[in-house]
Amino acid sequence: MSTSMEATTPAAHHGFADATMIDHESELLQISLGPHHPSTHGVFRMDVVLDGERVVKLKPVFGYLHRNHEKIAESTTYLASIPYTDRLDYMCSLSNNWAYAMSVEKLAGLQVPERAEYIRVIAAELTRLQNHASTIGFLMQEMGASGTPLMYAFREREKILDLFEALTGSRMMCNYMRFGGCRVDLPAGWLDQARKTVAEYPRFLDEFESLLASNEILLARTQGVGVLPPKLAIQGGVTGPILRASGVNYDIRKVDRYGIYERFDFKVPLGEHGDVYDRYMIRMLEMRESLKILDQALQQIAPGPIMDPKAKIRGFRPKAGEAYGRIESPKGELGFYLISDGTPNPYRYRVRPPSLINLTVLEDMCLGSSLADTVVIFGTIDIVLGEVDR
Amino acid sequence: MLGEGIAKGLIETARNFLGSYVNKDRLTTVQYPEERLPQAEATRDFPFLVYDGEDWQAGLRCVGCQICEKECPPKCIFIEKSTDKKPDAVGKPQFYPAVFNIDISVCMSCQICVKVCPFDAIKMDTAFELSTYDRFGGLLWDKAKLAKPNQHYHEIHPTEAAEVDGRLADERAKADAKAKAAAEAKASAPPPATPPAAPPANSGVSSTS
Repeated sequence: MSTSMEATTPAAHHGFADATMIDHESELLQISLGPHHPSTHGVFRMDVVLDGERVVKLKPVFGYLHRNHEKIAESTTYLASIPYTDRLDYMCSLSNNWAYAMSVEKLAGLQVPERAEYIRVIAAELTRLQNHASTIGFLMQEMGASGTPLMYAFREREKILDLFEALTGSRMMCNYMRFGGCRVDLPAGWLDQARKTVAEYPRFLDEFESLLASNEILLARTQGVGVLPPKLAIQGGVTGPILRASGVNYDIRKVDRYGIYERFDFKVPLGEHGDVYDRYMIRMLEMRESLKILDQALQQIAPGPIMDPKAKIRGFRPKAGEAYGRIESPKGELGFYLISDGTPNPYRYRVRPPSLINLTVLEDMCLGSSLADTVVIFGTIDIVLGEVDR
Repeated sequence: MLGEGIAKGLIETARNFLGSYVNKDRLTTVQYPEERLPQAEATRDFPFLVYDGEDWQAGLRCVGCQICEKECPPKCIFIEKSTDKKPDAVGKPQFYPAVFNIDISVCMSCQICVKVCPFDAIKMDTAFELSTYDRFGGLLWDKAKLAKPNQHYHEIHPTEAAEVDGRLADERAKADAKAKAAAEAKASAPPPATPPAAPPANSGVSSTS
């Protein structure tokens, strides 16, 4: 009789041993965060196993936005892939253009004229400004500061997007750089407008800092949360602001000195603790350094050609070989690996996306923290799903 | 003191909120359908076909070479080249596109067709708000809908259009001079032994495509 009673208890019904129930060990709860969750920046799913409020296991699941980017690029010409690179990390299309153009230039042996290099640096640093500002805005949104910091960030981003529109014709899908230079020259009055935007930007940063930096709630939510030890960061192949927040001095602008970055005087800010607060602060400091680079670049830029005369638009066929071009995109090391077999299409086209590789340490950062902190930690990685899934 | 940081942040918010009543810079939003911001000159969204002169069918610069169709990344252009030749705006016989369709629901406004066009025949428009009730045909534009006069190009991208017109005029002048020189050489040469090899400009490009 007693056996039939036991069989009808919920624990027995779910196949748990009775011992678990007697020990009062809490039941693990599996939650699927996403793919349609406002904090996931797109379509991304986290399979989280919770013990009460604590995360004991986290599995990132992605691929919902897979668009076959690499295979499409292998079946079209080199030129036709540029607009698709805009759609990788759609916040920073100009950085993506640059990384791709750089690897094709290595492949084809093209020389970029000086003015084009300056335009590229200016475009990339403006991209970094708007990316970091909106990343911090989204991070605050995820901590519950609904709207205000994000809207302030977007107000500044708007000015930079206006500059992009005046230069490239599009606000987000810029499609601006070409192999051997840039597509069009700066329009009249653009430099003055850019100087004005750059000169006004520190005011926004000061405002942002007094709005956030000493806020007690922010400090309580960020300090000591989601610590990423430097050793793990290096082992995980993490790059970008997250790596530097852990105290590892690695910035491709300084390591490779690609383009004309050796001409500019700027520092690489480093964190000490590798927690969420450091990752937030690193982005604030990097924006100030980007402003320094922009100041210098906007001063030094001189008239000149913007395209390598050897660059061909129609019938572009680089000689057989392989090349890897990488830049420090706002999210980390963005690289394009290309193999050419001498035909108009690349034989192999591979993207090294910073967002995807930075995601690999997500579980290690989140273990033991609460579910609410998981969302915040995820926000500091700063991913764009267009780049993760490709 | 606990709460000092929050108070500091709230002062910043209040400054922004109250400031928006007195300072125009702080009020950045625009009431869209009623108020509109001016578009940048470089703005682009969908392509159109440029024609010279009054009649769009005769003045179409496009010769149906199909380079843009091949280069278009999302393959939204469909062209059928004509079998006969028609005189273009300056009277030179040229091929023309018998069918030229762009599916603008597929087009991603990348401007590669403009970049690769050797005849400056296709350019980017700035018109937006193109929603339509027709789910399929409404966004598939044929050449009658795509053709727009050169004046329109001058209105939306004045600097670029002036540069293109200058370049085309130069090319035409060069071709005219060459033809004239060839004609003179032909006239001055005593017997009509060998016809001078002076191909008209642009004729080589369409054949190599």
